Amino acid sequence: MTEERLIDLQKLALAVRENIVRLSTDGGCFTGASLSCADLLVYLYSHYLNVNPSNLTDPNRDYLFLSKGHDVPALYSLFAEIGFIEPSRLANHLQAKDHIYWHPNTHIPGVEFHSGSLGHLPAVAMGVAMDCRIKKQSNKIVVITGDGELNEGSVWESALVAAAYKLDNLIWIVDRNYFQANVATEELIPLDPIHKKFEAFGWNAIDVDGHDFNAMHETFTSIATNGKPSVIIAHTVRGKGLPSIEKRADRWFCNFTRDEVSALLTELHENKLAELNSETLVVR
Amino acid sequence: MNYEELISKIALADERFIIMTAENRALIRNIPKIPALADRFIDTGITEQTMIGMAAGLALRGRVPVVHALAAFLTMRAYEFIRTDVGIAHLPVKLTGFIPGFLSDGNGPTHQAIEDVSIMRGIPGMQVFAPADEEDMILLLPEIWDSSSPAYTRANLIKPLITHDKNFRIGKAEVIAEGSTITFLTYGMLFNNVFYAKQVLEAQGLSVGLVNMRSLKPVDEEVIVRVAKQSELVVVVEDHFTTGGLYSIVAEVLLKNQLTANVQPLSLNEQWFRPARLSEVLEYEGFTPEKIAARTLGILESTAPKIQL
Repeated sequence: MTEERLIDLQKLALAVRENIVRLSTDGGCFTGASLSCADLLVYLYSHYLNVNPSNLTDPNRDYLFLSKGHDVPALYSLFAEIGFIEPSRLANHLQAKDHIYWHPNTHIPGVEFHSGSLGHLPAVAMGVAMDCRIKKQSNKIVVITGDGELNEGSVWESALVAAAYKLDNLIWIVDRNYFQANVATEELIPLDPIHKKFEAFGWNAIDVDGHDFNAMHETFTSIATNGKPSVIIAHTVRGKGLPSIEKRADRWFCNFTRDEVSALLTELHENKLAELNSETLVVR
Repeated sequence: MNYEELISKIALADERFIIMTAENRALIRNIPKIPALADRFIDTGITEQTMIGMAAGLALRGRVPVVHALAAFLTMRAYEFIRTDVGIAHLPVKLTGFIPGFLSDGNGPTHQAIEDVSIMRGIPGMQVFAPADEEDMILLLPEIWDSSSPAYTRANLIKPLITHDKNFRIGKAEVIAEGSTITFLTYGMLFNNVFYAKQVLEAQGLSVGLVNMRSLKPVDEEVIVRVAKQSELVVVVEDHFTTGGLYSIVAEVLLKNQLTANVQPLSLNEQWFRPARLSEVLEYEGFTPEKIAARTLGILESTAPKIQL
Protein backbone atom coordinates (compact mmCIF):
# COMPACT_ATOMS: atom_id res chain seq x y z
CA MET A 1 0.00 0.00 0.00
CA THR A 2 1.36 3.43 -0.91
CA GLU A 3 2.15 5.99 1.76
CA GLU A 4 -0.54 8.22 0.30
CA ARG A 5 -3.22 5.54 0.60
CA LEU A 6 -2.09 4.72 4.09
CA ILE A 7 -2.52 8.34 5.11
CA ASP A 8 -5.99 8.40 3.57
CA LEU A 9 -6.98 5.33 5.58
CA GLN A 10 -5.60 6.85 8.77
CA LYS A 11 -7.55 10.05 8.16
CA LEU A 12 -10.72 8.09 7.52
CA ALA A 13 -10.19 5.99 10.67
CA LEU A 14 -9.74 9.16 12.71
CA ALA A 15 -12.99 10.60 11.36
CA VAL A 16 -14.77 7.33 12.18
CA ARG A 17 -13.42 7.40 15.72
CA GLU A 18 -14.56 11.02 16.14
CA ASN A 19 -18.06 9.97 15.12
CA ILE A 20 -18.01 7.04 17.54
CA VAL A 21 -17.00 9.32 20.41
CA ARG A 22 -19.77 11.79 19.51
CA LEU A 23 -22.32 8.94 19.61
CA SER A 24 -21.19 8.00 23.13
CA THR A 25 -23.48 10.42 24.96
CA ASP A 26 -27.19 11.14 25.43
CA GLY A 27 -27.88 7.47 26.08
CA GLY A 28 -24.50 6.21 24.99
CA CYS A 29 -23.36 3.31 22.84
CA PHE A 30 -20.91 0.45 22.68
CA THR A 31 -17.85 2.69 22.47
CA GLY A 32 -15.10 0.30 23.52
CA ALA A 33 -16.18 -2.53 21.25
CA SER A 34 -16.67 -0.21 18.29
CA LEU A 35 -13.22 1.32 18.56
CA SER A 36 -11.61 -2.12 18.31
CA CYS A 37 -13.40 -2.84 15.06
CA ALA A 38 -13.03 0.61 13.43
CA ASP A 39 -9.78 0.03 11.53
CA LEU A 40 -10.98 -3.33 10.23
CA LEU A 41 -14.16 -1.80 8.82
CA VAL A 42 -12.24 1.13 7.35
CA TYR A 43 -9.85 -1.22 5.58
CA LEU A 44 -12.53 -3.63 4.33
CA TYR A 45 -14.83 -0.98 2.86
CA SER A 46 -11.95 1.08 1.42
CA HIS A 47 -9.75 -1.59 -0.10
CA TYR A 48 -11.21 -5.04 0.01
CA LEU A 49 -14.95 -5.25 -0.53
CA ASN A 50 -16.67 -4.56 -3.82
CA VAL A 51 -19.59 -2.78 -2.20
CA ASN A 52 -20.49 0.88 -2.34
CA PRO A 53 -23.60 3.08 -2.18
CA SER A 54 -24.31 2.56 -5.88
CA ASN A 55 -24.18 -1.25 -6.05
CA LEU A 56 -26.20 -2.24 -2.97
CA THR A 57 -28.72 -4.26 -4.99
CA ASP A 58 -26.20 -5.81 -7.36
CA PRO A 59 -26.16 -9.58 -6.76
CA ASN A 60 -22.49 -9.57 -7.71
CA ARG A 61 -21.47 -7.20 -4.91
CA ASP A 62 -19.47 -8.41 -1.93
CA TYR A 63 -21.31 -8.84 1.36
CA LEU A 64 -20.30 -7.85 4.87
CA PHE A 65 -22.30 -9.19 7.82
CA LEU A 66 -21.64 -7.59 11.20
CA SER A 67 -22.54 -10.37 13.61
CA LYS A 68 -21.17 -8.46 16.61
CA GLY A 69 -24.02 -6.05 16.16
CA HIS A 70 -23.07 -3.82 19.08
CA ASP A 71 -20.28 -2.41 16.87
CA VAL A 72 -22.90 -0.47 14.97
CA PRO A 73 -21.41 2.92 16.00
CA ALA A 74 -18.27 1.99 14.05
CA LEU A 75 -20.28 0.79 11.06
CA TYR A 76 -22.56 3.83 10.84
CA SER A 77 -19.71 6.22 11.60
CA LEU A 78 -17.95 4.78 8.58
CA PHE A 79 -21.13 4.72 6.46
CA ALA A 80 -21.55 8.44 7.15
CA GLU A 81 -18.02 9.10 5.90
CA ILE A 82 -18.19 7.02 2.70
CA GLY A 83 -21.61 8.00 1.43
CA PHE A 84 -23.92 5.17 2.52
CA ILE A 85 -25.85 7.54 4.80
CA GLU A 86 -26.02 11.30 5.20
CA PRO A 87 -23.60 12.34 7.98
CA SER A 88 -26.40 14.35 9.56
CA ARG A 89 -28.29 11.13 10.28
CA LEU A 90 -25.82 10.25 13.04
CA ALA A 91 -27.38 13.08 15.03
CA ASN A 92 -30.58 11.00 15.07
CA HIS A 93 -28.93 8.44 17.33
CA LEU A 94 -31.58 6.86 19.60
CA GLN A 95 -34.34 9.08 18.24
CA ALA A 96 -37.56 7.29 17.33
CA LYS A 97 -37.84 9.23 14.05
CA ASP A 98 -34.87 7.27 12.64
CA HIS A 99 -33.43 3.78 12.99
CA ILE A 100 -29.99 4.64 14.39
CA TYR A 101 -30.13 2.47 17.50
CA TRP A 102 -27.76 0.12 19.27
CA HIS A 103 -27.85 -2.72 16.77
CA PRO A 104 -27.76 -2.87 12.96
CA ASN A 105 -30.94 -2.98 10.94
CA THR A 106 -31.73 -2.94 7.26
CA HIS A 107 -33.36 0.49 7.36
CA ILE A 108 -29.78 1.69 7.02
CA PRO A 109 -28.40 1.37 3.46
CA GLY A 110 -25.43 -0.98 3.46
CA VAL A 111 -26.63 -3.13 6.36
CA GLU A 112 -27.13 -6.53 4.74
CA PHE A 113 -28.92 -8.08 7.73
CA HIS A 114 -29.92 -7.12 11.23
CA SER A 115 -27.97 -8.46 14.18
CA GLY A 116 -27.74 -8.07 17.92
CA SER A 117 -28.32 -11.62 19.07
CA LEU A 118 -24.87 -13.17 18.96
CA GLY A 119 -23.94 -16.22 16.94
CA HIS A 120 -26.46 -15.70 14.14
CA LEU A 121 -24.75 -14.14 11.15
CA PRO A 122 -22.12 -16.80 10.40
CA ALA A 123 -25.02 -19.04 9.34
CA VAL A 124 -26.81 -16.27 7.46
CA ALA A 125 -23.57 -15.44 5.63
CA MET A 126 -23.19 -19.12 4.79
CA GLY A 127 -26.63 -19.12 3.18
CA VAL A 128 -25.56 -16.19 0.98
CA ALA A 129 -22.21 -17.86 0.26
CA MET A 130 -24.01 -21.06 -0.71
CA ASP A 131 -26.28 -19.24 -3.13
CA CYS A 132 -23.36 -17.38 -4.71
CA ARG A 133 -21.62 -20.68 -5.21
CA ILE A 134 -24.66 -22.38 -6.74
CA LYS A 135 -24.85 -19.45 -9.17
CA LYS A 136 -21.11 -19.67 -9.80
CA GLN A 137 -20.55 -16.04 -8.76
CA SER A 138 -17.26 -14.92 -7.31
CA ASN A 139 -18.55 -12.60 -4.56
CA LYS A 140 -16.69 -12.48 -1.29
CA ILE A 141 -18.87 -13.03 1.78
CA VAL A 142 -17.39 -11.58 4.97
CA VAL A 143 -18.79 -12.01 8.47
CA ILE A 144 -17.37 -10.33 11.56
CA THR A 145 -17.91 -11.83 14.98
CA GLY A 146 -16.55 -10.81 18.33
CA ASP A 147 -14.27 -13.07 20.31
CA GLY A 148 -16.71 -13.30 23.24
CA GLU A 149 -19.31 -14.25 20.64
CA LEU A 150 -17.38 -17.50 20.21
CA ASN A 151 -18.96 -18.62 23.50
CA GLU A 152 -22.16 -19.27 21.52
CA GLY A 153 -22.58 -22.88 20.42
CA SER A 154 -24.15 -21.82 17.14
CA VAL A 155 -20.85 -20.35 15.89
CA TRP A 156 -19.18 -23.75 16.16
CA GLU A 157 -22.12 -25.43 14.46
CA SER A 158 -21.66 -22.96 11.62
CA ALA A 159 -17.91 -23.53 11.55
CA LEU A 160 -18.48 -27.27 11.12
CA VAL A 161 -21.05 -26.87 8.37
CA ALA A 162 -19.11 -24.22 6.39
CA ALA A 163 -16.08 -26.51 6.29
CA ALA A 164 -18.22 -29.51 5.33
CA TYR A 165 -19.64 -27.56 2.40
CA LYS A 166 -16.17 -26.18 1.48
CA LEU A 167 -17.41 -22.58 1.41
CA ASP A 168 -14.15 -20.95 0.38
CA ASN A 169 -15.97 -17.77 -0.63
CA LEU A 170 -16.67 -17.21 3.08
CA ILE A 171 -14.29 -15.13 5.19
CA TRP A 172 -14.93 -15.00 8.92
CA ILE A 173 -13.19 -12.26 10.87
CA VAL A 174 -12.87 -12.57 14.64
CA ASP A 175 -12.39 -9.16 16.27
CA ARG A 176 -9.97 -10.50 18.87
CA ASN A 177 -9.87 -7.74 21.50
CA TYR A 178 -9.70 -10.16 24.42
CA PHE A 179 -12.79 -8.77 26.11
CA GLN A 180 -16.41 -9.77 26.19
CA ALA A 181 -19.16 -7.63 27.65
CA ASN A 182 -17.95 -7.29 31.22
CA VAL A 183 -14.80 -9.35 31.57
CA ALA A 184 -11.61 -10.45 29.86
CA THR A 185 -12.32 -13.47 27.67
CA GLU A 186 -9.51 -15.61 29.03
CA GLU A 187 -10.64 -15.05 32.62
CA LEU A 188 -14.13 -16.37 31.93
CA ILE A 189 -14.31 -18.89 29.09
CA PRO A 190 -10.77 -19.19 27.67
CA LEU A 191 -10.78 -19.11 23.86
CA ASP A 192 -7.13 -19.53 22.94
CA PRO A 193 -5.88 -21.00 20.75
CA ILE A 194 -8.60 -19.74 18.39
CA HIS A 195 -6.33 -20.29 15.40
CA LYS A 196 -5.90 -23.99 16.16
CA LYS A 197 -9.57 -24.47 16.95
CA PHE A 198 -10.61 -23.25 13.51
CA GLU A 199 -7.82 -25.21 11.82
CA ALA A 200 -9.05 -28.32 13.57
CA PHE A 201 -12.52 -27.54 12.19
CA GLY A 202 -11.09 -27.53 8.66
CA TRP A 203 -10.55 -23.81 8.10
CA ASN A 204 -7.65 -21.72 6.84
CA ALA A 205 -6.70 -19.61 9.87
CA ILE A 206 -4.60 -16.43 9.71
CA ASP A 207 -3.67 -13.99 12.48
CA VAL A 208 -3.31 -10.31 11.71
CA ASP A 209 -2.93 -7.01 13.56
CA GLY A 210 -6.38 -5.48 13.16
CA HIS A 211 -5.02 -1.96 13.46
CA ASP A 212 -2.18 -2.25 10.91
CA PHE A 213 -3.51 -1.38 7.45
CA ASN A 214 -0.47 -2.71 5.61
CA ALA A 215 -0.65 -6.02 7.44
CA MET A 216 -4.39 -6.30 6.81
CA HIS A 217 -3.88 -5.54 3.13
CA GLU A 218 -1.24 -8.22 2.83
CA THR A 219 -3.41 -10.76 4.66
CA PHE A 220 -6.73 -10.12 2.97
CA THR A 221 -5.30 -10.00 -0.54
CA SER A 222 -3.62 -13.36 -0.11
CA ILE A 223 -6.53 -15.41 1.26
CA ALA A 224 -6.50 -18.83 -0.39
CA THR A 225 -9.51 -20.22 -2.20
CA ASN A 226 -8.53 -23.82 -1.63
CA GLY A 227 -11.81 -25.47 -0.78
CA LYS A 228 -11.68 -24.29 2.81
CA PRO A 229 -13.40 -21.30 4.40
CA SER A 230 -10.98 -18.80 5.97
CA VAL A 231 -10.93 -17.20 9.37
CA ILE A 232 -8.94 -14.04 10.00
CA ILE A 233 -8.19 -13.56 13.67
CA ALA A 234 -7.77 -9.79 13.87
CA HIS A 235 -5.88 -8.86 17.00
CA THR A 236 -7.29 -5.60 18.24
CA VAL A 237 -7.50 -3.39 21.30
CA ARG A 238 -10.80 -2.58 22.95
CA GLY A 239 -11.11 1.21 23.02
CA LYS A 240 -8.27 1.63 20.48
CA GLY A 241 -7.30 5.27 19.97
CA LEU A 242 -8.38 6.50 23.40
CA PRO A 243 -5.80 5.40 25.98
CA SER A 244 -8.05 6.53 28.83
CA ILE A 245 -10.54 3.77 28.01
CA GLU A 246 -8.30 1.25 26.22
CA LYS A 247 -8.28 -2.37 27.39
CA ARG A 248 -10.80 -1.74 30.12
CA ALA A 249 -13.42 -4.35 30.90
CA ASP A 250 -15.74 -1.65 32.18
CA ARG A 251 -15.70 0.51 29.04
CA TRP A 252 -17.71 -1.69 26.70
CA PHE A 253 -20.77 0.52 26.77
CA CYS A 254 -20.20 4.19 27.53
CA ASN A 255 -22.52 7.10 28.18
CA PHE A 256 -20.33 10.16 28.60
CA THR A 257 -21.26 13.73 29.46
CA ARG A 258 -20.94 16.32 26.72
CA ASP A 259 -17.81 17.70 28.43
CA GLU A 260 -16.25 14.26 28.52
CA VAL A 261 -16.98 13.81 24.82
CA SER A 262 -15.08 17.07 24.19
CA ALA A 263 -12.20 15.85 26.33
CA LEU A 264 -12.16 12.50 24.49
CA LEU A 265 -12.08 14.25 21.12
CA THR A 266 -9.10 16.20 22.35
CA GLU A 267 -7.51 12.98 23.52
CA LEU A 268 -8.13 11.42 20.13
CA HIS A 269 -6.26 14.21 18.39
CA GLU A 270 -3.52 14.94 20.90
CA ASN A 271 -3.16 11.70 22.81
CA LYS A 272 -3.73 13.68 25.98
CA LEU A 273 -5.62 11.52 28.48
CA ALA A 274 -9.17 12.63 29.17
CA GLU A 275 -10.44 12.77 32.71
CA LEU A 276 -13.60 10.69 32.95
CA ASN A 277 -16.01 10.73 35.85
CA SER A 278 -18.98 9.05 34.20
CA GLU A 279 -20.05 5.89 35.92
CA THR A 280 -19.33 2.77 33.94
CA LEU A 281 -22.42 0.94 32.79
CA VAL A 282 -23.21 -2.73 32.91
CA VAL A 283 -25.69 -3.34 30.11
CA ARG A 284 -25.41 -7.07 29.75
CA MET B 1 -49.00 -37.61 -4.95
CA ASN B 2 -46.91 -37.72 -1.79
CA TYR B 3 -44.84 -35.00 -0.12
CA GLU B 4 -41.62 -35.93 -1.85
CA GLU B 5 -43.22 -36.03 -5.29
CA LEU B 6 -44.83 -32.66 -4.66
CA ILE B 7 -41.66 -30.93 -3.46
CA SER B 8 -39.56 -32.33 -6.30
CA LYS B 9 -42.16 -31.29 -8.87
CA ILE B 10 -42.32 -27.76 -7.49
CA ALA B 11 -38.56 -27.41 -7.08
CA LEU B 12 -37.87 -28.74 -10.56
CA ALA B 13 -40.26 -26.17 -12.03
CA ASP B 14 -39.01 -23.24 -9.93
CA GLU B 15 -35.34 -22.80 -9.22
CA ARG B 16 -36.02 -20.47 -6.31
CA PHE B 17 -36.75 -23.54 -4.21
CA ILE B 18 -34.00 -24.95 -1.99
CA ILE B 19 -34.69 -28.13 -0.03
CA MET B 20 -32.95 -28.18 3.33
CA THR B 21 -32.84 -30.56 6.25
CA ALA B 22 -31.12 -30.87 9.60
CA GLU B 23 -30.45 -34.51 8.83
CA ASN B 24 -34.08 -35.51 8.86
CA ARG B 25 -34.67 -37.15 5.51
CA ALA B 26 -37.90 -39.06 6.14
CA LEU B 27 -39.95 -36.87 3.79
CA ILE B 28 -37.23 -36.18 1.22
CA ARG B 29 -34.99 -39.23 1.11
CA ASN B 30 -34.80 -39.43 -2.70
CA ILE B 31 -34.27 -35.74 -3.47
CA PRO B 32 -30.43 -35.96 -3.46
CA LYS B 33 -30.69 -38.59 -6.19
CA ILE B 34 -32.41 -36.16 -8.57
CA PRO B 35 -29.53 -34.62 -10.56
CA ALA B 36 -31.31 -31.33 -11.27
CA LEU B 37 -31.92 -30.84 -7.54
CA ALA B 38 -28.59 -32.06 -6.21
CA ASP B 39 -27.10 -28.60 -5.65
CA ARG B 40 -30.37 -27.31 -4.21
CA PHE B 41 -30.53 -30.05 -1.58
CA ILE B 42 -28.64 -28.96 1.54
CA ASP B 43 -28.34 -31.22 4.56
CA THR B 44 -26.67 -29.20 7.32
CA GLY B 45 -26.39 -32.13 9.69
CA ILE B 46 -27.94 -32.05 13.13
CA THR B 47 -27.77 -28.26 13.30
CA GLU B 48 -31.27 -26.76 13.40
CA GLN B 49 -29.97 -23.28 14.23
CA THR B 50 -27.44 -23.20 11.41
CA MET B 51 -29.99 -24.57 8.98
CA ILE B 52 -32.40 -21.75 9.80
CA GLY B 53 -29.67 -19.08 9.62
CA MET B 54 -28.56 -20.42 6.23
CA ALA B 55 -32.15 -20.53 5.04
CA ALA B 56 -32.46 -16.84 5.94
CA GLY B 57 -29.28 -16.09 3.97
CA LEU B 58 -30.57 -18.04 0.98
CA ALA B 59 -33.90 -16.21 1.18
CA LEU B 60 -32.02 -12.89 1.19
CA ARG B 61 -30.75 -13.93 -2.22
CA GLY B 62 -34.25 -14.60 -3.53
CA ARG B 63 -34.52 -18.28 -2.72
CA VAL B 64 -37.47 -20.03 -1.08
CA PRO B 65 -35.94 -22.55 1.32
CA VAL B 66 -38.18 -25.38 2.49
CA VAL B 67 -36.58 -26.68 5.67
CA HIS B 68 -37.15 -30.00 7.41
CA ALA B 69 -36.53 -31.27 10.91
CA LEU B 70 -38.45 -32.99 13.66
CA ALA B 71 -41.11 -30.51 14.74
CA ALA B 72 -39.87 -30.33 18.33
CA PHE B 73 -36.28 -29.48 17.37
CA LEU B 74 -37.20 -27.28 14.43
CA THR B 75 -39.56 -25.06 16.39
CA MET B 76 -37.82 -25.13 19.76
CA ARG B 77 -34.09 -25.75 19.32
CA ALA B 78 -34.01 -23.16 16.54
CA TYR B 79 -36.79 -20.94 17.88
CA GLU B 80 -34.75 -17.79 18.35
CA PHE B 81 -33.21 -18.20 14.89
CA ILE B 82 -36.68 -18.54 13.37
CA ARG B 83 -37.97 -15.53 15.29
CA THR B 84 -34.89 -13.37 14.76
CA ASP B 85 -33.56 -14.31 11.32
CA VAL B 86 -36.74 -15.37 9.53
CA GLY B 87 -39.39 -13.51 11.54
CA ILE B 88 -37.86 -10.04 11.89
CA ALA B 89 -36.85 -9.99 8.23
CA HIS B 90 -40.17 -11.61 7.18
CA LEU B 91 -38.39 -13.97 4.79
CA PRO B 92 -40.22 -16.68 2.82
CA VAL B 93 -38.67 -19.60 4.66
CA LYS B 94 -41.04 -22.58 4.72
CA LEU B 95 -40.77 -24.82 7.77
CA THR B 96 -41.97 -28.42 7.69
CA GLY B 97 -42.09 -30.05 11.12
CA PHE B 98 -41.99 -33.84 11.09
CA ILE B 99 -43.84 -35.95 13.70
CA PRO B 100 -45.68 -33.08 15.42
CA GLY B 101 -48.14 -33.68 18.26
CA PHE B 102 -49.15 -37.28 18.89
CA LEU B 103 -47.22 -38.38 15.79
CA SER B 104 -44.05 -38.55 17.88
CA ASP B 105 -45.78 -41.59 19.48
CA GLY B 106 -43.12 -43.66 21.26
CA ASN B 107 -40.32 -41.08 21.29
CA GLY B 108 -41.10 -39.51 24.63
CA PRO B 109 -41.50 -35.94 25.84
CA THR B 110 -38.20 -34.72 24.36
CA HIS B 111 -39.74 -35.20 20.91
CA GLN B 112 -43.26 -33.98 21.67
CA ALA B 113 -44.06 -30.81 19.73
CA ILE B 114 -47.26 -29.92 21.52
CA GLU B 115 -46.53 -26.23 22.00
CA ASP B 116 -45.41 -25.66 18.39
CA VAL B 117 -48.63 -23.95 17.28
CA SER B 118 -48.45 -21.64 20.27
CA ILE B 119 -44.87 -20.53 19.80
CA MET B 120 -44.86 -20.32 16.02
CA ARG B 121 -48.00 -18.22 15.86
CA GLY B 122 -46.39 -15.86 18.35
CA ILE B 123 -43.97 -14.70 15.66
CA PRO B 124 -45.32 -11.69 13.73
CA GLY B 125 -46.12 -12.61 10.13
CA MET B 126 -45.53 -16.34 10.60
CA GLN B 127 -48.30 -18.46 9.11
CA VAL B 128 -49.21 -21.80 10.75
CA PHE B 129 -50.86 -24.78 9.09
CA ALA B 130 -51.90 -28.23 10.26
CA PRO B 131 -53.42 -30.37 7.50
CA ALA B 132 -55.80 -33.17 8.44
CA ASP B 133 -54.01 -35.92 6.49
CA GLU B 134 -51.55 -36.52 3.69
CA GLU B 135 -54.01 -35.56 0.95
CA ASP B 136 -54.96 -32.37 2.77
CA MET B 137 -51.26 -31.54 3.19
CA ILE B 138 -50.60 -32.00 -0.53
CA LEU B 139 -53.58 -29.74 -1.27
CA LEU B 140 -52.36 -27.01 1.07
CA LEU B 141 -48.63 -26.87 0.41
CA PRO B 142 -48.49 -25.34 -3.08
CA GLU B 143 -50.32 -22.23 -1.87
CA ILE B 144 -48.35 -22.11 1.40
CA TRP B 145 -45.06 -22.29 -0.50
CA ASP B 146 -46.20 -19.79 -3.09
CA SER B 147 -46.89 -17.12 -0.46
CA SER B 148 -44.22 -14.52 0.36
CA SER B 149 -44.66 -15.14 4.10
CA PRO B 150 -42.72 -17.42 6.40
CA ALA B 151 -44.79 -20.46 7.26
CA TYR B 152 -44.76 -23.46 9.58
CA THR B 153 -46.58 -26.62 8.55
CA ARG B 154 -47.19 -29.65 10.71
CA ALA B 155 -46.32 -32.60 8.45
CA ASN B 156 -49.01 -35.26 8.48
CA LEU B 157 -48.75 -38.56 6.59
CA ILE B 158 -51.99 -40.05 7.96
CA LYS B 159 -53.99 -41.62 5.15
CA PRO B 160 -57.11 -39.68 4.20
CA LEU B 161 -60.54 -40.78 5.29
CA ILE B 162 -62.45 -38.26 3.22
CA THR B 163 -61.90 -36.31 0.04
CA HIS B 164 -61.03 -32.72 0.94
CA ASP B 165 -62.20 -29.47 -0.52
CA LYS B 166 -59.62 -28.71 -3.19
CA ASN B 167 -60.15 -24.96 -3.07
CA PHE B 168 -57.79 -24.34 -0.21
CA ARG B 169 -57.14 -20.70 0.59
CA ILE B 170 -54.80 -19.48 3.30
CA GLY B 171 -56.96 -18.39 6.23
CA LYS B 172 -59.91 -20.58 5.30
CA ALA B 173 -61.19 -23.58 7.25
CA GLU B 174 -62.86 -26.58 5.66
CA VAL B 175 -66.38 -27.02 7.01
CA ILE B 176 -67.21 -30.73 6.80
CA ALA B 177 -70.62 -30.50 8.47
CA GLU B 178 -72.75 -28.02 10.37
CA GLY B 179 -74.38 -29.03 13.66
CA SER B 180 -76.76 -27.40 16.09
CA THR B 181 -75.86 -29.34 19.23
CA ILE B 182 -72.13 -29.87 18.98
CA THR B 183 -69.44 -28.58 16.62
CA PHE B 184 -65.95 -30.02 16.63
CA LEU B 185 -63.07 -27.74 15.68
CA THR B 186 -59.94 -29.76 15.05
CA TYR B 187 -56.79 -29.99 12.94
CA GLY B 188 -54.00 -32.36 12.05
CA MET B 189 -53.84 -36.07 12.72
CA LEU B 190 -56.83 -36.09 15.09
CA PHE B 191 -59.18 -35.14 12.27
CA ASN B 192 -60.03 -38.72 11.29
CA ASN B 193 -60.77 -39.75 14.87
CA VAL B 194 -63.00 -36.73 15.35
CA PHE B 195 -64.77 -37.60 12.11
CA TYR B 196 -65.55 -41.06 13.54
CA ALA B 197 -66.53 -39.56 16.91
CA LYS B 198 -69.02 -37.38 15.07
CA GLN B 199 -70.60 -40.55 13.60
CA VAL B 200 -70.81 -42.13 17.05
CA LEU B 201 -72.64 -39.07 18.39
CA GLU B 202 -74.90 -38.80 15.36
CA ALA B 203 -75.96 -42.42 15.90
CA GLN B 204 -77.31 -41.20 19.22
CA GLY B 205 -79.45 -38.62 17.46
CA LEU B 206 -77.29 -35.54 18.03
CA SER B 207 -76.70 -32.83 15.43
CA VAL B 208 -72.90 -32.63 15.11
CA GLY B 209 -70.75 -30.27 13.06
CA LEU B 210 -67.10 -30.69 12.16
CA VAL B 211 -64.52 -28.21 10.90
CA ASN B 212 -61.03 -29.01 9.65
CA MET B 213 -59.24 -25.84 10.78
CA ARG B 214 -56.24 -26.44 8.44
CA SER B 215 -55.02 -22.83 8.56
CA LEU B 216 -54.38 -21.89 12.18
CA LYS B 217 -52.76 -18.56 11.38
CA PRO B 218 -54.31 -16.73 9.71
CA VAL B 219 -57.39 -18.38 11.13
CA ASP B 220 -60.92 -18.46 9.72
CA GLU B 221 -62.58 -16.11 12.21
CA GLU B 222 -65.86 -16.13 10.36
CA VAL B 223 -66.27 -19.89 10.77
CA ILE B 224 -65.37 -19.75 14.47
CA VAL B 225 -67.93 -17.01 15.10
CA ARG B 226 -70.58 -18.85 13.11
CA VAL B 227 -70.24 -22.20 14.90
CA ALA B 228 -70.09 -20.48 18.28
CA LYS B 229 -73.45 -18.88 17.52
CA GLN B 230 -75.16 -21.94 16.04
CA SER B 231 -73.99 -24.77 18.32
CA GLU B 232 -74.84 -25.38 21.96
CA LEU B 233 -71.34 -26.71 22.50
CA VAL B 234 -68.09 -26.20 20.61
CA VAL B 235 -65.38 -28.78 21.33
CA VAL B 236 -61.81 -28.00 20.33
CA VAL B 237 -59.86 -31.23 19.80
CA GLU B 238 -56.11 -30.87 19.42
CA ASP B 239 -52.88 -32.75 20.09
CA HIS B 240 -51.42 -29.63 21.68
CA PHE B 241 -51.22 -28.06 25.08
CA THR B 242 -54.48 -26.38 26.04
CA THR B 243 -52.55 -23.14 26.30
CA GLY B 244 -51.69 -21.30 23.13
CA GLY B 245 -53.15 -23.63 20.50
CA LEU B 246 -56.53 -23.67 18.79
CA TYR B 247 -58.44 -23.44 22.08
CA SER B 248 -56.65 -20.16 22.80
CA ILE B 249 -57.16 -19.00 19.22
CA VAL B 250 -60.91 -19.61 19.51
CA ALA B 251 -61.00 -17.77 22.85
CA GLU B 252 -59.20 -14.79 21.29
CA VAL B 253 -61.57 -14.69 18.32
CA LEU B 254 -64.71 -14.90 20.49
CA LEU B 255 -63.47 -12.26 22.92
CA LYS B 256 -62.58 -9.93 20.07
CA ASN B 257 -66.11 -10.38 18.71
CA GLN B 258 -67.65 -9.89 22.18
CA LEU B 259 -69.22 -13.36 22.07
CA THR B 260 -69.84 -15.80 24.89
CA ALA B 261 -70.14 -19.46 24.02
CA ASN B 262 -69.75 -22.88 25.57
CA VAL B 263 -66.34 -23.86 24.18
CA GLN B 264 -64.47 -26.74 25.81
CA PRO B 265 -61.08 -28.30 25.07
CA LEU B 266 -60.01 -31.87 24.50
CA SER B 267 -56.28 -31.29 24.59
CA LEU B 268 -53.24 -31.77 26.80
CA ASN B 269 -53.63 -29.73 29.93
CA GLU B 270 -50.25 -28.90 31.50
CA GLN B 271 -48.87 -32.38 30.74
CA TRP B 272 -46.86 -34.29 28.19
CA PHE B 273 -48.52 -37.36 26.80
CA ARG B 274 -47.72 -40.97 27.64
CA PRO B 275 -45.20 -42.24 25.03
CA ALA B 276 -46.27 -45.45 23.29
CA ARG B 277 -47.42 -46.84 19.96
CA LEU B 278 -49.75 -44.29 18.39
CA SER B 279 -52.87 -46.41 18.96
CA GLU B 280 -51.87 -46.82 22.61
CA VAL B 281 -51.24 -43.09 22.99
CA LEU B 282 -54.69 -42.28 21.64
CA GLU B 283 -56.32 -44.84 23.92
CA TYR B 284 -54.38 -43.77 27.02
CA GLU B 285 -54.89 -40.06 26.47
CA GLY B 286 -58.56 -40.38 25.50
CA PHE B 287 -58.43 -39.49 21.81
CA THR B 288 -59.87 -42.62 20.15
CA PRO B 289 -63.20 -41.96 18.37
CA GLU B 290 -65.12 -43.66 21.17
CA LYS B 291 -63.33 -41.71 23.89
CA ILE B 292 -63.68 -38.41 22.08
CA ALA B 293 -67.40 -39.12 21.73
CA ALA B 294 -67.79 -40.19 25.36
CA ARG B 295 -65.82 -37.21 26.71
CA THR B 296 -67.85 -34.88 24.52
CA LEU B 297 -71.13 -36.33 25.84
CA GLY B 298 -69.79 -35.85 29.36
CA ILE B 299 -69.00 -32.23 28.61
CA LEU B 300 -72.42 -31.74 27.03
CA GLU B 301 -74.16 -33.11 30.10
CA SER B 302 -72.10 -31.14 32.58
CA THR B 303 -72.02 -27.80 30.77
CA ALA B 304 -75.16 -27.49 28.65
CA PRO B 305 -77.82 -25.23 30.08
CA LYS B 306 -80.58 -27.22 31.82
CA ILE B 307 -83.74 -27.39 29.78
CA GLN B 308 -86.58 -25.74 31.71
CA LEU B 309 -89.74 -27.85 31.65
